[in-house]
Amino acid sequence: MPLLMPVLLATLLFSIGIYGVLARRNAILVLMSVELMLNGVNLNFVAFDVYLRDSLLSGQVFTLFLITVAAAEIGLGLAIVLLVFRNRESAQLDELRDLREDDEEAVIS
Amino acid sequence: MSVVEVLFGLLGLMALGSALLVVTTRHLVHAALWLVVTLGSIAGCYLLLSAEFVAWVQVLIYVGAVVVLLLFGLMLTRAPIGASNELDSSLGQRLAAAITAGATAAVLVTSVVDAFHGDHIDLSDDSTVRAAGSSHSVGEAVFRSWVLPFEVLSLLLLAALVGAIVLSRRDISPEVVAEPGHTGEVGR
Repeated sequence: MPLLMPVLLATLLFSIGIYGVLARRNAILVLMSVELMLNGVNLNFVAFDVYLRDSLLSGQVFTLFLITVAAAEIGLGLAIVLLVFRNRESAQLDELRDLREDDEEAVIS
Repeated sequence: MSVVEVLFGLLGLMALGSALLVVTTRHLVHAALWLVVTLGSIAGCYLLLSAEFVAWVQVLIYVGAVVVLLLFGLMLTRAPIGASNELDSSLGQRLAAAITAGATAAVLVTSVVDAFHGDHIDLSDDSTVRAAGSSHSVGEAVFRSWVLPFEVLSLLLLAALVGAIVLSRRDISPEVVAEPGHTGEVGR
């Protein structure tokens, strides 16, 4: 199999994830797009592990580690999203503007 | 073209198509379900690359646990059932996102094609390739060469667990910790 097949697939998945992170407003959909990006990276790891015939299997072991880290990340991320929803009654990211400078001040300065 | 390549191409197209649907669909719950299709096809890709253990871990943890967790999150934040226009940003921001993603894809694809065109993964049927992804050899690698990172990872999972519990418990309120002399109401 050409090495380009899995690597290109991983690249395109990563780019789709970038689009999702930037274009979505709902916090949970952003988390899903982050998962897409992580999966692109995982596919890269496995493809190069098989290509290089690594004797320590670093690619596959790192993929397992990354899957675990992604699970931890999703657990914490959802806990934070639920906390935000409990306080604000909304999970839309563009409504979380407390740390933003006021428009008038921004115009003056 | 061998059977493996054709199958990999089909699975890859499936993964890309459903990934596009994940980031564009107007139904929140459909996005989670399309994510299942994407992750499942990627698990199939792992199988074709002879990494069987990683493939089954992907099915168990991603499809089994992460997507279910995401669906729980959708339900708990009262996700709208049915089509909704609230999910996407404004047209301008979506355009900027598409340009950013397209530029990233262009840079990565050109550099990757330039670096690796003509290289082949040898998936011939000899036993060393097949054995490399089996649970036997992966387990040996994890518990022999990678045992220290593995233990650190378990600490990370513990920390994430504690963090998630602390974040989602309602009866720990910051006032109680901030004012030790205050004996008023404890929690809510």
